[in-house]
Amino acid sequence: MMEIFKTLADYFQYDFVVYAFVVGILIALCAALLGVTLVLKRFSFIGDGLSHVAFGAMAVAAITNLTNQMVIAMPVTVLSAILLLRSGQNAKIKGDAQVAMLSVGALAIGYLLMNVFPTSSNVSADVCTTLFGSYSILTLSSVDMWICVVLSIVVVAIFILFYNKIFAVTFDENFAKATGTPSEAYNLLIAIVIAVVIVLAMNLVGSLLISALIIFPALSAMRVFKNFKAVTICSAIISVVCAALGIVISILLGTPVGSTIVAVDIVAFGGFFIAGAVIKR
Amino acid sequence: MEQLICRNLTLGYENSPILTGLSFSVNCGDYLAIVGENGSGKSTLLKTILGLIKPISGEVLFADGLSRKDIGYLPQQTVVQKDFPASVTEVVLSGCASRMGLRPFYTKSEKALAAENIEKMGLKGLEKRSYKELSGGQQQRVLLARALCATQKILVLDEPVSGLDPIVTQEMYELIEGLNKSGITIIMISHDVKAATNYANKILHIGKEIFFGDKSDYLSSGAFMGKVNL
Repeated sequence: MMEIFKTLADYFQYDFVVYAFVVGILIALCAALLGVTLVLKRFSFIGDGLSHVAFGAMAVAAITNLTNQMVIAMPVTVLSAILLLRSGQNAKIKGDAQVAMLSVGALAIGYLLMNVFPTSSNVSADVCTTLFGSYSILTLSSVDMWICVVLSIVVVAIFILFYNKIFAVTFDENFAKATGTPSEAYNLLIAIVIAVVIVLAMNLVGSLLISALIIFPALSAMRVFKNFKAVTICSAIISVVCAALGIVISILLGTPVGSTIVAVDIVAFGGFFIAGAVIKR
Repeated sequence: MEQLICRNLTLGYENSPILTGLSFSVNCGDYLAIVGENGSGKSTLLKTILGLIKPISGEVLFADGLSRKDIGYLPQQTVVQKDFPASVTEVVLSGCASRMGLRPFYTKSEKALAAENIEKMGLKGLEKRSYKELSGGQQQRVLLARALCATQKILVLDEPVSGLDPIVTQEMYELIEGLNKSGITIIMISHDVKAATNYANKILHIGKEIFFGDKSDYLSSGAFMGKVNL
C-alpha cells in the first residue's frame, strides 16, 4: 500500500501529471453536469455525433499544423451543434439519420485527411490517439491546461446560473415556451455548451469515448436518486471520483487514460444499478 | 372584459389548413370548453393560442393587459416526463421560471407561492416525492399547481382528465371548477362533451360545423345535436 502512495507521490512531482489530473477532473465535472440534461432530453445520440465531428475537425486542424488544435475544432463543433439542433425542428431528413450522416461523414473525411496529409510517420498511432485519447492527457501543455480550466469554469458557471431554466426547459419544453420562457435560446445555449465540453473532453478520453463520460454518471445517479438536484449533484460526484480513480489507476498500471476512466464509470454504473434495485425492494 | 381574442384564424401545418375562418373571444372569468372530434384541430388550435405554432392567417390577441407570460398551461403528459427524476416541489417551482428573466434563482416569495399552490392542490406531504412515482391524478395536480405558479389569470388545459379513473376525473373537474370560481379564466380542451357542457359557460365546437357561444345556445344547436346522435 505504502509503495502505491510513494509511486503516486513520485508521479505528482511532475507538472504534466498534475495538469492531467486537474484537467481530467474539471472535464469530468462538466460532462456529468451536462449529461443529466442530455440524457433526459433524449439527446445522447447528438453528443455521440458531435464527438465524431470533433474528430474530423481535429484531423483538419492537425494537417494545418496549428499549435493549438482547439482553434479549429471548437468553432466547427459548436457550429455543428447549432445546425443539428436547428434542423431537428423542421427537417427533411429525420434528426437521428442526420446525426448518423454527419458523424460517419466526419469520421471518414477525418481519417482520409490524416492519411492523405500525414503529419508524422505513424498515422495509425495518430488516429488511435484522436479516437481513444490514449496518453495525450499527459502531453498537455500549460496553455492547454489553462484553456481547459477557464472553459470548464465558464461551463460550470453557466450551468449553475441557468440551472432552474435548464430544468424547466428539459422537463417540459412546451410548457416553458407557452408561458414565455425563450426555450429555443436555452436549447441553443445547451447545444453550444455541449459542443464545448465535447472538444475539451477529446483531450481526456478521445472522441469515441466522450459519450461514456457524458451519459454514464447521469444514468448511474438516476438508478438511485429520484429528484433533479440530487441526480445532478450525485452525477457530478460520480464523474469526478471515477475520473480521479481512472487517472490514478492508469498511472499505476500504465493503461490508457481514457478507456481506464470509462471502465471505472462502467463499474460505478454496475454498483449503482444494484443499489437502485436493492432500494426499490 | 375580453382577455383573449382570436380573429379569423386559419390553422394547420404548412399549406394544409385544418380549420378556416375561426373567430372567438374569451372574457375574464369565462370557462370555455373547446370540443370536437379527434382530428378536428383542437390540439392545433390550442398550440396556436399558446404560441407554439403560428396560424396560417388571422391573429391571436391578448387584451386587458395580458401577455403570453400570464398564461398557465396544463399539457398532456409527454414521454420524457414518465421517467424524469424530479420532486414535486421542483416541478411546481418550474412554473415560476418564465417570470425570472435572467435572474438565476427563485425568490422566497416564489417558493412560498409554490408551497401555497401545492397545498391548494391537496399535495401537502408529497413535496419531496418523485413526480414519476405518483398516481396519474396526483401527477395532473402537480402540473396544475405548476400552471398556477405561472399565472393567476388564465389557464389552458389540454384534456385534463385523459387517462384518469372516474372518481379522480370527478375530483379533477371539481378542482378546476373551484379555480374558475376563484376568478381564473379557464380554456379547456375536451372530447368529453357531457362534462364540458356540465362545467363550462361557453362552448367552442369545431369540426364540420363550428359553433361558438353560451352553453344554453349550444345545447339546442345543430352542432350539439349532431354530436349526440353520433
